Parts: sequence; C-alpha cells; structure tokens
Amino acid sequence: MSQDRRMLFWRRARQEMAFLVFRLAVLVVLGALGGILLYVLIQGAGAISWEFLTAAPRDSMTKGGIFPALMGTLYLTLGAVLVALPLGVAAAVYLSEYATEGRVLRLVRLGIANLAGVPSVVFGLFGLALFVGYFKLGISLAAGSLTLGLLILPTVIGAAEEALRQVPGTFREASLGLGATRWQTIRKVVLPAALPGILTGSILGVGRAAGETAPIMFTAATFFTLRLPSSPLDQVMALPYHIYVLATAGTHIAQTRPLQYGTVLVLISLVLGLSLIAIVIRSRMRRHKKW
Amino acid sequence: MVVAAQSRPSLAQQDLPAPPADNAQAIIQVRELNFFYGDVQALSDINLDIARNQVTALIGPSGCGKSTFLRLLNRMNELIPGTRVHGQVLFEGVDLYGPGVDPVEVRRRVGMVFQKPNPFPKTIYNNVAYGPRLYGVKDRRRLDEAVERSLRSAALWEEVKDILNTSALGLSGGQQQRLCIARAIAMEPEVLLMDEPTSALDPLATSRIEELVTELKRRYTVVIVTHNMQQAARVSDVTAFFYLGRLVEMGPTETIFTRPREKQTEQYITGRFG
Repeated sequence: MSQDRRMLFWRRARQEMAFLVFRLAVLVVLGALGGILLYVLIQGAGAISWEFLTAAPRDSMTKGGIFPALMGTLYLTLGAVLVALPLGVAAAVYLSEYATEGRVLRLVRLGIANLAGVPSVVFGLFGLALFVGYFKLGISLAAGSLTLGLLILPTVIGAAEEALRQVPGTFREASLGLGATRWQTIRKVVLPAALPGILTGSILGVGRAAGETAPIMFTAATFFTLRLPSSPLDQVMALPYHIYVLATAGTHIAQTRPLQYGTVLVLISLVLGLSLIAIVIRSRMRRHKKW
Repeated sequence: MVVAAQSRPSLAQQDLPAPPADNAQAIIQVRELNFFYGDVQALSDINLDIARNQVTALIGPSGCGKSTFLRLLNRMNELIPGTRVHGQVLFEGVDLYGPGVDPVEVRRRVGMVFQKPNPFPKTIYNNVAYGPRLYGVKDRRRLDEAVERSLRSAALWEEVKDILNTSALGLSGGQQQRLCIARAIAMEPEVLLMDEPTSALDPLATSRIEELVTELKRRYTVVIVTHNMQQAARVSDVTAFFYLGRLVEMGPTETIFTRPREKQTEQYITGRFG
C-alpha cells in the first residue's frame, strides 16, 4: 500500500515537472512577444500624431510623417493579394480537386513547401531580374506587388488547400449525384463553402507581405517621394523600407529615431490588425457553419 | 417537366441492343457485373433486373456489397480511385459503362439520396433549384414551379413554404432528408437510388420517408438499400439479398420474407446473422 502511495507521489511529481516546463515555454514565447510590443509602444507612441499619419516626411526625414510610406505599403499589399489570391486558389483547386495523388503531386507539393522556405531577399533579387529587368516594369508598384505576390503564394495555396479539405466530401457527392460536372461542383458548392477559410488564411499571409523589406527594396521601394503613385509603374515608399532607411541611411540618426519607432509601431499595428480581422472572421464563420 | 422535357438525349449515339422480350418491364438490367476496389473483388457475377415503377430493396449484412452495387447504377463508384468495373449495366437497353456514355448524364437520369442527409449550405429554395439550374434553367417562374412541385412530391412543402429562403441546415434531420429527396426529384430522374436513407433518422422521420417511398414509385423506379428488415418488407415490391459480394436470391418481397429459397436468406432475415 505505502509503495503504491510512493509511486503515485512520484508520478504526480513528474507530471508537475513536465507541466512546469510547458508553462515556462509558453511564458517565454508570450514574454518575447509582449516585450517587443511593449518596447515599441513605449518608444513609438510619442511620435504618433495625426500629422505623422497624414503628412509626408520633411527636413531630411527629421520631421513630418509617413503618409506616402503607409499608402505605399497598403498599395503593395493589395497588389500582392490581387496577384496571389487568384493564382493560389486556382493552384489549390487543381491540387486538391483535380490532380490524382501520386509522385508528381508529391513533387509539386514539395516544391511549394520549398518555395515557402526561400529567403525573402532571394525573392527580391528574382523580382529584380524578372519583373524589373526582363519584363521592363522598372522599379515600380507593379514589380513589387508581383514579387510580394509570389512570396505569399505558398501561404495562400496552403490556406486554400486546407479550406478546400474542410469542405465535407458529402457536398461533392451530393452535387455530382445530381448530374453536376466536377467544375460545376467546385464553382457552385465547394468554392463558396471554402471561401471564408481561403480568405482568412490568405489575410494571415498578407500580414507577412506588408512587413517584408527585402522583396521590395530592389523592386518597388524608393527612398523618398512626396507623391502617391499615380500608376502601377510608379515607385512607392513603403513602411518596412522606410524603417530600414531611417535606421541605417539617415544623416540625423538621433533626430529620426523617435520617428523610426513610430513607424515600427504603425507597421506592427497594421500587421496585427490584419491578423485580428482574420481571426474575427474565422471565429464568426465557425459559429455559423454547422457541418 | 423542368429539365429538357422536349428531348431527352439518349445516353450514347450507339445502336441499342433490343431488350429481351421476356422482360420488357425492366428499366435496368445488370449482366455479369464484377467490381473491384484495387485487387479486392467486392461484387461477383451479378445478374438482375430492376422493374420499372417498383421499389426494389437491397438487403444483406454490412460489407456484402449492396451499397457498392447501388452506386454502380449511377456510376458514383468511379469517383473512388483504383476501382474497376466489368460487365454491363443496361439502362433502357444502353450500357451505362459503354464507350461514349457520360457519367454526368447518367447521374441526372439516375438520381441518388444518401445515407446521411447532405443538403448544401444554401437556402432551402437554392438546394432544390440546384439541379435545374445546372441544366441552365434560369427563368424564375419555372424554377419556382420546379421547387414547389419537388417539395410537394417530397411531402415537405407545407412545412417549409414560408421559410424557403432560410438555410437548409436549420431543418431537422428528417426534413433535411426529405429536402434531399426533393432536390433529387427536381432533376426529374427516371430512377431514384436510396442508400440507407433513414439510418440517421428517428422512428417518426423514418416512417414519413417510408410513406414517401411508396408514394414515389408511382412516378419513379426506386432502388433502396436498407439494414432494416421491416423496412424492406414494408416498402418494397422486390427484394434482393446480397451476401459476400454475390446476389444470393431475388424475388417478390413477400416470397423472400415468407418462403425464401436459399438457406442463407432465411438465416439472415430471421436474424441469425447479420
């Protein structure tokens, strides 16, 4: 009896130890996130003002705001979505609805997974060579959007495939059983059911596009411009690149530092805001769907 | 008639073999049918006729091949990779597995209701209108007519006529299954296949579906797979007993349930195995 009790004690103790390790791990992760957010908030909050958000930089970027960069990032992100969403959804539909499982499909999936692992600076150089150079788009909003679009393509494909997988097979069966073609089934039943999932998954990918520096520094971003782009072939300012410039290339580092933190705060808020929207949509969607 | 009442295209542009004179009543004739999942043979040498405007029940223990057989009648099995079919399924004399036969057209003429109610996450109206719309019916009045007629035929109209534009997923299980029946008959199929349509339903909903089946055979040929002996006895005119991928016995339901020819049939229907 007492031996049993001693065993039980040690089993419990080991469980407590294990849980402690897990709790610590979570704490470290949350701590890192919280630390970064708090630091940026404290350092950057002072710079945030209406003028900061709506005016262009002036006096060698020591004063003024980030409006052109903010708008540039919004344009670039939107452009990336316009590139990646149709392409990614189409690819996902092919992969999960049409292609037959086999070696080729495994190879394609491997390729997509590897695409997701390619460093973003490589995307930047690729975009420079292909879109800026070969297609003669120049350093432009269009070239940057295309490059960013490629960057988030694996995320969009992954999200879309996952969303398509979540659509019950019984829907497809019901539709095909009524004499629908596969394409009618996909267009009228599968895609509508998967759309919210595709969108939320993609928005999470978009957050990444908004924050990337390397892919746009050779393809789209400019150091400084007062104008907003009037055509897709114009160069734009962008938040991540602006941060990079303020941090490394300015001539008045001390004076630009508060502006730099302010910009970081805006960028992080933008990305977190996008993720938050995705999460809200997803949770609302889960409540609505009953299958 | 909603869908292509004017000219129903034949299944294939081929010479139709003349149906055997002794069985002019058969709408479907199955000849030497064998079916494989990969290397596993699921059905062996099936020969049977399905009579027009009658209810044929397929019974047998789990895994005996009765559902597989049902799904061969509208080519649903070929959606599963690695399956093979040998033999013939003659529908109005035309081999459904013959060259040039489009499975999409087969499935329009041979409708199906599944084990679990599976309405689309759309409104009630759009569920029923789904089929006619596939075939290009856009006119609102014709769609309205098709929806009302189908829902009436499925004995659901009175319950849903005021909520046609609400989600079908809000209906009860029994209502959902009747909606699926309405959705299938909106296509004006000639044959209606039902794969254990009441196995997910409570007794009351089950009896409503059973009444409906008896009603439906006036206009359609019904083939129903069931695990429930009483159900087969109640709704069907003809019963086929499957065991281990073979058709053991088939005949008028009354005969099968009172004087079966085969020992296995008797043992199964009296509940000694299954």
